[in-house]
Amino acid sequence: MSKIEQKSIDLASQEMLKKAQAEGLNTCWDRVDSMQPQCGFGQLGVCCTVCNMGPCRIDPFGEGPECGVCGATADTIAARNLARKIAVGGSAHSDHGRDVANTLLMTAKHGGQDKAKGSHSHDYDITDENKLKKVAQEIGLEIKGKDKFELAKEVGELMLGEFGKQKGELLFINRAPKKRQEIWRKLGIVPRGIDREVVELLHTTTMGVDNEYRNLMLTGMRCALADGWGGSMIATDLQDILLGKPVPIRSKVNLGVLKEDEVNVVVHGHEPVLSEMAVKASRDPELLKLAKEKGANGINLAGICCTANEVLMRQGVPVAGNFLQQELAIITGAVEVMMVDVQCIMPALEQLASCFHTKLITTSPKARFPGVKHIQFTEEKAYAVSKQIIREAIDNYPNRIKEKVNIPKQTMDLVAGFTKEVVFQILGGTYRASYRPLNEGIISGRLRGVAGVVGCNNPKQTHDLFHVELVKELMKKDVLVLQTGCSAIACAKAGFLVPEAAKQYAGRGLQEICDAVGIPPVLHLGSCVDNSRILTAACEIIKEGGLGEDLSDIPAAGAAPEWMSEKAITIGFYFVASGVYTVFGADPFSVFGSKNLTEYLTNGIEKDVGGKFAFSDNPQEMAKLMIEHIDNKRKALNLKPAMYA
Amino acid sequence: MSKVVAAAVMRGTQSVFKQAESILNKAIEEKSESTKVGFPETAFYFPMANALLAEEVKTLGDAKKILEHARTLLPRELPQDKVWLPYLGDVLDSGIATLLCEEIIMALRYLSGEEPQADCNGFFSDTVLRSLGLQLVDGRMPGFAAILGAAPDNKTAVEIVRQLQERSILIFAGSSSNGRSIIDQLKEENVAMGWDNYIVPYGRDTLSAIYPLNWAIRSTLTFGGLKAGQAQKCLLYCKERVFAFGLALGPLDDIKYATGAGAIAMGFPVIADTDIPEIRPTGVAGYEALVKEKDHSKIVPVGIEIRGIKIKVSKIPIPVLYGAAFEGERVRREQVYVEFGSKFSASFEFLRMKDSDKIEDDKVELIGPDIEAVEKQSKRIMPLGIVVEVAGRKMQKDFEPILERQIHRYINGAMGVMHIGQRDMNWIRISKETAAKGFKLKHLAVIIRAKILEEYGAIVDKVQTKIYTKEEDVEKFSKVANDSYNERDERLGGMTDESVEVFYSCALCQSFAPNHVCIVTPERLGLCGGYSWLDTKASFEILPSGPNQPIEKGQCLDEKSGIYKNVNEFIYQKSNKSVESVSMYSFINSPQTSCGCFECIVAIMPEANGVIVVNRDYTGMTPIGMTFTTLAGSVGGGVQTPGFLGVGKLYLISKKFISAEGGLRRVVWMPKELKEALGEKLKKRCEAEIDAGFYEKIADETQATTSEQLLEVLNKASHPALTLPPLM
Repeated sequence: MSKIEQKSIDLASQEMLKKAQAEGLNTCWDRVDSMQPQCGFGQLGVCCTVCNMGPCRIDPFGEGPECGVCGATADTIAARNLARKIAVGGSAHSDHGRDVANTLLMTAKHGGQDKAKGSHSHDYDITDENKLKKVAQEIGLEIKGKDKFELAKEVGELMLGEFGKQKGELLFINRAPKKRQEIWRKLGIVPRGIDREVVELLHTTTMGVDNEYRNLMLTGMRCALADGWGGSMIATDLQDILLGKPVPIRSKVNLGVLKEDEVNVVVHGHEPVLSEMAVKASRDPELLKLAKEKGANGINLAGICCTANEVLMRQGVPVAGNFLQQELAIITGAVEVMMVDVQCIMPALEQLASCFHTKLITTSPKARFPGVKHIQFTEEKAYAVSKQIIREAIDNYPNRIKEKVNIPKQTMDLVAGFTKEVVFQILGGTYRASYRPLNEGIISGRLRGVAGVVGCNNPKQTHDLFHVELVKELMKKDVLVLQTGCSAIACAKAGFLVPEAAKQYAGRGLQEICDAVGIPPVLHLGSCVDNSRILTAACEIIKEGGLGEDLSDIPAAGAAPEWMSEKAITIGFYFVASGVYTVFGADPFSVFGSKNLTEYLTNGIEKDVGGKFAFSDNPQEMAKLMIEHIDNKRKALNLKPAMYA
Repeated sequence: MSKVVAAAVMRGTQSVFKQAESILNKAIEEKSESTKVGFPETAFYFPMANALLAEEVKTLGDAKKILEHARTLLPRELPQDKVWLPYLGDVLDSGIATLLCEEIIMALRYLSGEEPQADCNGFFSDTVLRSLGLQLVDGRMPGFAAILGAAPDNKTAVEIVRQLQERSILIFAGSSSNGRSIIDQLKEENVAMGWDNYIVPYGRDTLSAIYPLNWAIRSTLTFGGLKAGQAQKCLLYCKERVFAFGLALGPLDDIKYATGAGAIAMGFPVIADTDIPEIRPTGVAGYEALVKEKDHSKIVPVGIEIRGIKIKVSKIPIPVLYGAAFEGERVRREQVYVEFGSKFSASFEFLRMKDSDKIEDDKVELIGPDIEAVEKQSKRIMPLGIVVEVAGRKMQKDFEPILERQIHRYINGAMGVMHIGQRDMNWIRISKETAAKGFKLKHLAVIIRAKILEEYGAIVDKVQTKIYTKEEDVEKFSKVANDSYNERDERLGGMTDESVEVFYSCALCQSFAPNHVCIVTPERLGLCGGYSWLDTKASFEILPSGPNQPIEKGQCLDEKSGIYKNVNEFIYQKSNKSVESVSMYSFINSPQTSCGCFECIVAIMPEANGVIVVNRDYTGMTPIGMTFTTLAGSVGGGVQTPGFLGVGKLYLISKKFISAEGGLRRVVWMPKELKEALGEKLKKRCEAEIDAGFYEKIADETQATTSEQLLEVLNKASHPALTLPPLM
């Protein structure tokens, strides 16, 4: 892939790639080129490094070894490799959730102490007491006679307990429709405790334990469910309680949001707990004054990846770009500080930042870079740490090299902030809060169905192209698209996340719905842990009635068109295990070396859980597969065909 | 495009809110926060605020709380030109805010004597709602239409209301457009208005459209068994069970849009006759929420369709319009072309069954001159005898009086024909206009046959009619009829609960009171007064899967209270498992529940050791300190309330009237009009059960309206209740 137009469809990104090329700066696109051809055994999933009798690899052509030294076949090896990725993806989301639970507990403790003292010393608060009460009731807590800190403490303790729980069932499993719960129970894949499922899955993949691919995948699904209905869901809900529940909000997206005349601080990674404080610090009068003194007209915070999505959803902070734009942001030469937390942060940033005045600052003890400045974030000193980081940025502003600054002009408006709760409000207001109009939209056929399009970017594919083309096609066919993560950012840049997009891109039925409600045809639901919002919204659809009894009955499909992270695999598995047909782009999960496993994932698994995977490297085909599936589900529910098909 | 509508709604809401705020503040300034404020004849304070917020607004200070709540519902921002935020939720909130503010404004107008407006009804009382209850459920009144604005010309205005009347849809007329109101258009065309005519003018401005809306919301509390404050449930009840829609005639302004949004939040769609942006996606209202229909001949059918109203239109081949909406219409003296009966001439109507081979269906014989004979007379009076003969395989002699009783309603449905009374006490008038359109006596027979076959087709196959207009014939056949009337009365009088093996249920009202079931016995008619045991029996024959089901009495668990095992099992299932046991004759031990359309309430008065009975037309105070409407608030909705009972008037003269507690002798008070309405029958029952003097011992409002007064009267009269075993 050499031509810049083939690297990305995004004009701002193309401009930065040209600059990189001109200045000899190395980006992931160059590195992916130099990596070619990539390892075929790895791609097929038949390389095993589990024990020291290996590494072993199975000959895909049937001429060499048909099993490893221990006797593991291609089925076992591919399934074990895949299972390990599920465990890793799940551990990432869940560890995120655990940190939020800890922050909630700390806030509850400080809040209680402050109340006794009558002062306010802590940086966090219980911002959404309503949601706290709702969640508390859902998990069986008595809410009467407790103040928000007492209740937050109980909720926090119960939620934290979910990680180390050894038996029983995760509490949020109850949110799923009854029929879905029964499917899981029958298969024995209801998660017991979040950490336990990760550990047990890893155990089963070690040398000489589980050799049966279906069983490995069932254990894998239990671990994935512990992410989707556990770690991720806890992260989402507790973040809402702590930082506030998102509501529809306007903002802007793309590298053009960086400012020529302001201190640019880019927050990158996944966790909002620190970046929310950074937003607050960027509005601190003392720091604003300091910025003025250094010649800047203000402090401009912008986000990359899911940290961006988190602060976008709650604070309307502009988004500089998605995963593949992290290097490009630095290449603008206008970023004073890129502060990072965890996940999806390319190790290459350090090298690239050193070519500019940009300071890379790590904040998590879990994610360090050699030679990079580390300012450790602790929840107790959240605001102080944030101020320190912003101050670093301000101090760095005079070091910006004017000649090296090229901020692309491209920005696009967007509306974000859609959640399970918001849907009630925007469809019914305070007194008619309901999913009814959405369900009726689907039942009447104005909406063909619902699609979740999520996931990462991958330099092996043309950046953003798959997201944008797929979503464009879905909109045209009257499918309401729910998005999270870097996929949402891709479509935001394409202008799909403004209400005006309905008229330009949507089919007539979707247009009518968007027009009646005032929404964009593509709804941004947040970060990748917020995929849990898609699950809970789907549960509300079932609860509202008329579209079946189980999640797998809904005319809906999912896709991760440009995936790259192990987290995407885990998300895919918890969606499939929840009954959702899910299409993955790019390469399949390195399983094609095992015919049996591939057959199971794309077919047999449906008999077990009602959902299945499909793989495609063509966005038009992906759309076709998803729409076919949606139409089949409509038929199964005896619904009329799409109204304006 | 809906954004335009959203913006108009929000602007309208802001304007109504400001109006409410300014006049409320002014009123508080001029008077005080403790100044009383409210609507006449309601137990629900500000009904919209009561249903949605559980607030009981009694003073200006209370009204302020409502205003402050409305403030929280105002939109965050008006929809912007670009990158607008979702507005549907805000539109619905704005609609509710508008209704709450309109209620405040109207109540303040009542306070300052500006309401009701000239020729208008103003606030609709609770009583009207209850008395219409039965018609609403049995299909006689299939829905409501609220007209806002004015038609392009008077002729169109009349055509629209006639279309609605013909379908028996109750019309609320009001508001204005371009300075004209539909009310004045109808007035100028001499269209008879009022509840009886199915056209109720509410007010000439849009704000007064709150009246039909805060009337509709009360049905949730009176019939739906919902509690004040169950906002979402109340609104959904309206959406699912109150078949109302709005017709916006003429250009729409912001206030109409805002009020319309309130209606839509209640699930009521709005149809406009102008070029407005439509809201077609469904889910908020039953079907589409806002649509346009510029053709006035189609606007009514469109309204009916998008509200999902089910209508049985009787197309009866007579030269005038026909529909339930004309039932209440009067033919005044100066309009009379001809009249029959009353004190003016001999007249009777009589229905009997015959063997099928003796009847030729659709045969009408007029024996004597037709109505034009009056042209040559000095007085416009003629004798009349109507003899209807029916046959059908499932027809029974017992059903004769039921069918005969319908003649009154049937004939009344013709425009310009008035019918009062029954049997040989009837009185019929035909208007000049109707006669001019070619209405003849045979048309009475046409109507009777068509309606009998429509409503009782399951039991009647053939109908033939003889109409006599010669004095001697009328007198002769009147005697035959009279013998029959007497025979029927005797048979009915002798029918007791013990003489039958089955009772009948009546779940007709479950369409709006989902947990209520009446049990109708020969000696206890339905609480609405509309269904006797024979009626329910006939109804079951007509529609075996219908609302009236036979219940084999089976084992009696408590003879005194009249509790039966089978009845209990039946009621438990049909009340959605909310009522486990009901008695037939007790108002304390497992009393029957009520839907809300009871004719009277029997209420315990412990200090008198008896009960008072109050009918729904009585608006005054009762000795137990509650008006009918207040009392009714705690009796309806399918809930058992020991000590309180909703009953049909005629149950008072049944031998089984609260017999478990001692019967009639427990009655210590009832309004004069009720006492007089029961008249001789009540006197006879008093004499039979207690003594001739007891009738006088039942006090009325001329003697007592407080507990103290009543006790004094009772003591003086030595009322027998005082010496009965204690009720509690």
